[in-house]
Amino acid sequence: MQNVLQIVYLIPLLPLIGFLINGLGRKHLSKSMVSIIGCGTILASFLLSGWVFLQVKDGNTHVAEYFNFISVGNLKIPFAFQVDQLSSLFLLIITGVGFLIHVYSASYLQEERKEHFGRYFAYLNLFIFSMLLLVMGANFIIMFIGWEGVGLCSYLLIGYWFKKPEYTKAANKAFIMNRIGDLAFLIAIFWLIARVGSVSFSDVFSPASLAKLKATDATIITLLLFIGATGKSAQIPLYTWLPDAMAGPTPVSALIHAATMVTAGIYMIARSNLLYSLSPLTMNVVAYIGLATALLAATIALKQNDIKKVLAYSTVSQLGFMFLALGCGAYTAAVFHVMTHAFFKALLFLGSGSVIHAMGGEQDIRNMGGLNKKLKITFITFLIGCIAIAGIPPFSGFFSKDAILLSAFEKNPVLYGVALFAALLTAFYMFRLLFITFSGKFRGTHEQEHHLHESPATMTIPLIILAILAAIGGLVGIPDVIMHGGDKLSAFLSPVIGIHESANPVSHSTEYMLMALSTGLVAIVIVYAWFKFKNYQRSEATGFGKVLENKWYVDELYDKIIVNPLNRVGRFLGSVIEKSVIDDMVNGVGRLVNYGSRQLRLLQSGQVGNYILLMVVSMVIIFILQFFLRK
Amino acid sequence: MVPVLLILIPLVTGLATFFFKNEKAARSWTLFASVMTLIIAGLGITFLKEEKYLQYSCEWMQTIGSSFSVKLDGMGKVLCLLNAVAYPVVILGTWNSSYKKAKNFFALMLLAQAGMMGVFVSTDALLFYFFWELALIPMYFLCSQWGGEKRIAVTFKFFIYTFVGSLLMLIGILYIYSKTAGHSFSIDSFYSVELTTKQQTLVFWLIFIAFAVKMPIFPLHTWQPDTYEQAPGATTMILSGVMVKMGVFGMLRWLFPILPLASFQWGDFITSAALIGLIYASLIAIQQDDLKRLVAYSSIAHIGFMCAAAFTQNQIGIEGVMIQMFNHGINIIGLWIVVEIIERQFGTRKISELGGVAQKAPVLAILLVIVALANIALPLTNAFPGEFLMFNGLFTSHTKYYLWFTIMAGMGMILGAVYILNMIRKVFFGSTNNLTEKTQDIKWNEKLALGIIVVIICWLGIYPHSLLNEITVTTESILKKFEILRFSLPK
Repeated sequence: MQNVLQIVYLIPLLPLIGFLINGLGRKHLSKSMVSIIGCGTILASFLLSGWVFLQVKDGNTHVAEYFNFISVGNLKIPFAFQVDQLSSLFLLIITGVGFLIHVYSASYLQEERKEHFGRYFAYLNLFIFSMLLLVMGANFIIMFIGWEGVGLCSYLLIGYWFKKPEYTKAANKAFIMNRIGDLAFLIAIFWLIARVGSVSFSDVFSPASLAKLKATDATIITLLLFIGATGKSAQIPLYTWLPDAMAGPTPVSALIHAATMVTAGIYMIARSNLLYSLSPLTMNVVAYIGLATALLAATIALKQNDIKKVLAYSTVSQLGFMFLALGCGAYTAAVFHVMTHAFFKALLFLGSGSVIHAMGGEQDIRNMGGLNKKLKITFITFLIGCIAIAGIPPFSGFFSKDAILLSAFEKNPVLYGVALFAALLTAFYMFRLLFITFSGKFRGTHEQEHHLHESPATMTIPLIILAILAAIGGLVGIPDVIMHGGDKLSAFLSPVIGIHESANPVSHSTEYMLMALSTGLVAIVIVYAWFKFKNYQRSEATGFGKVLENKWYVDELYDKIIVNPLNRVGRFLGSVIEKSVIDDMVNGVGRLVNYGSRQLRLLQSGQVGNYILLMVVSMVIIFILQFFLRK
Repeated sequence: MVPVLLILIPLVTGLATFFFKNEKAARSWTLFASVMTLIIAGLGITFLKEEKYLQYSCEWMQTIGSSFSVKLDGMGKVLCLLNAVAYPVVILGTWNSSYKKAKNFFALMLLAQAGMMGVFVSTDALLFYFFWELALIPMYFLCSQWGGEKRIAVTFKFFIYTFVGSLLMLIGILYIYSKTAGHSFSIDSFYSVELTTKQQTLVFWLIFIAFAVKMPIFPLHTWQPDTYEQAPGATTMILSGVMVKMGVFGMLRWLFPILPLASFQWGDFITSAALIGLIYASLIAIQQDDLKRLVAYSSIAHIGFMCAAAFTQNQIGIEGVMIQMFNHGINIIGLWIVVEIIERQFGTRKISELGGVAQKAPVLAILLVIVALANIALPLTNAFPGEFLMFNGLFTSHTKYYLWFTIMAGMGMILGAVYILNMIRKVFFGSTNNLTEKTQDIKWNEKLALGIIVVIICWLGIYPHSLLNEITVTTESILKKFEILRFSLPK
């Protein structure tokens, strides 16, 4: 059964084929055909990934080179895939959660016109393809192809409803912000090539080349890669595209926020963990940026009224937690949180899609309320998602968040304190969202109330599956203090990541205490939210709340200090420098020549061409004569 | 024989075109001729690999030491292929454009092709200059006779620029000629000429100006947006797709190996100008409301990057430039075809007057998006390997400003995404207006032309090795002089 590793290329290839079929045949294929192809290819990839996972679990890893991609002089970059513990885990998450999202999409977008339906599924498949390329690449270039590929797909999907100008604007913003990060990633690659001479993981992460790398080089490379990650994984300062990215259809948000795209940064850093461990400075930067993002996004989420915006900022915040873990050296904890987050965030986004579906497109939670009665399955699964993200044991989020908080505590108790505060905010805004949406009285229009209905089974079944995963998915990483040998995930990933050895490990009693503390506080916060929001009345935000509602005015700040000045410079260059300075200079030369010519009476304006023509024609004749009449 | 045929087919068919009566016949004939050229070029790359097919030499103006000698090397192959691919695509893409005195139009187009082929294969300096002019003069007539309203003023500017440039280049060539042993124009004697640094600097600037105008390099670029705007569509495509590459090509073939010291010395200066131009043109492109001017400034930006990468004078950078010359040519022709389609349909090129085209013309929108993504060098499109290597070349170049140069080029990469995506958004997305309400999707010929471009984009994006394979030897021969130089220079 070794041979499945020989055909790993099928895992990304199948979605690519799905993309081509659906993209080219979108006018001819029926909607059900499109869904079957779209979902079927991902399901096949998922099954293959499962098979690969089992192989890898037995200790078989694989690197396959297919052809020469770019090769100049000493620089040889093959098109190669690598399957090991880390990538096989991501394969499962991407194709598994991705498949559920595909199935859900098939009925969510049922009302779209046929060719748009096909286009949507084509993009979706392309998205999965790019992400698979990203995690399967055996060198930084293949990773970069996927890296920019997911940026492209997010651009296409965010702007899916391209008639709306603000949506396509959000799509542009996503692409360009990602590109800023990508540039840093690219420069990091150049730096690697200059210092190590290779971009292949097996070369770069070999002990020999790591030993050769100077500390400053390691710091610069890892910092540049991290800037790349801030773009893709929405961290300060490049996070503002992600909340706007909810302009796309809701399942797309689930795909971007859970299974693909934003986890790319985490994957890349986890993949490069040996490099990152060389630079304590970078590790600190990663940790602090992550923590700051977690806190900032959590405060913004407190005051958002759009159901998807709350979830979007919660993603930014959760990603911040993951970077905090990376910065503390707890790579496995970060990957663990990627996994559990994929479950509950996909669940929450798809749940919100179900709500929006029932509300006839309404996204403002102030116009909802009391939905628990009509949308039972959505409510229960959403509740499970909220419990999971808030971190109540034994739901999945508890274990992964606990691992992160513990690693923060080991690094510095102050980090822990701030992270815990952000985690409490998480519980608060998530349950605020839950209560405002599902409890109390219905606040929408009559028409909407009449329209309310539970979603069809193709939408609720993915919700149920994700809810189960969100509930029990954390059990693969039970900390050792609770159950010896319970942390199966760390053991599985240890060949790639190594066992995290803390510099100052805490005692078991401290660990228990920390767990009890966070769980107790989260429970108090949830009860507080219940009393505050169970009978929500709409009210306008004031004072500081207004600042939060407007997201600390960061977008406006970026406009002021970057976008507007660039536009002004561009206009100045175009209308003043180009027209008046450079062109006048040239025209001056032209007039001078013209004047001189007239004085010499050799050329008259307008006749220049004739002389030249004469010159060329005679040259041609001489040339031809010389050519044919030679001896 | 291959290089001779590459020149002769367009030359002879072009001259014959003058005698056609019927526009349609002239057009079909031109397409036929250009396909023939393409087949020969294809053969030259694939099957006829032996020296004897790729080289030809005979006596010409023996008395002054010039011979008709042509040779197809790696870089020549890539550019001849570009020239050969560009013509059928351009003619197909503009199949429905009608011209008064069409026979003359097509004849001049073919003559220009012959000239450019000659430029890419000449191994004799005088022959090179002759073909350089042969390529330019038809362009001048094409712009002045078939251009837009402001064509006279604009063509005059174009003419002055290139005329002054060519004149200086001729003086430079004659100067080197006078220093060769035994007074010969052959490339070998030019390559082995020994000049002092002072002499090199003088000649370098004489010749470089011509190339810099052609590319064009900031601040010598102002003829270009005007000319592109006024010239007929097909001419603009050839101008920006193929002809501007003559400048980059000229540097690589006739400047660096002959004048390595001066090229080395002025490298930082010119790279700075080129990269300033890259950012400058990108910033202006963001503000453009006219589609043609937008693409023109985008072209200035891209060529600036190529010039900078050529001056890295290392293998990675130069191989990047060589494949990028091909890829940029293909991609920009794609963009121009889209612009032409838009202008033909709506009678305007103003971005602010358009919108929502994608709803009515989905095929056009998809093809445009692919071409546009290639233009901003997304991975798996053809431009990525080129720009990647060019970037990497800049980063590993021997100048002490390498980091600044890389960052400046990177700024261009981001700004490029800004103006291209904004253009797509404003023209193709959004809702339709009165003007775009009746948009029709593209016709078969445009679909075919853009389809060919998209196939090339994907093929060379996934397997760039097919081009890279060709150019290694050429690159090494260009760099030989620099290697010697570098050993002798104190580091």
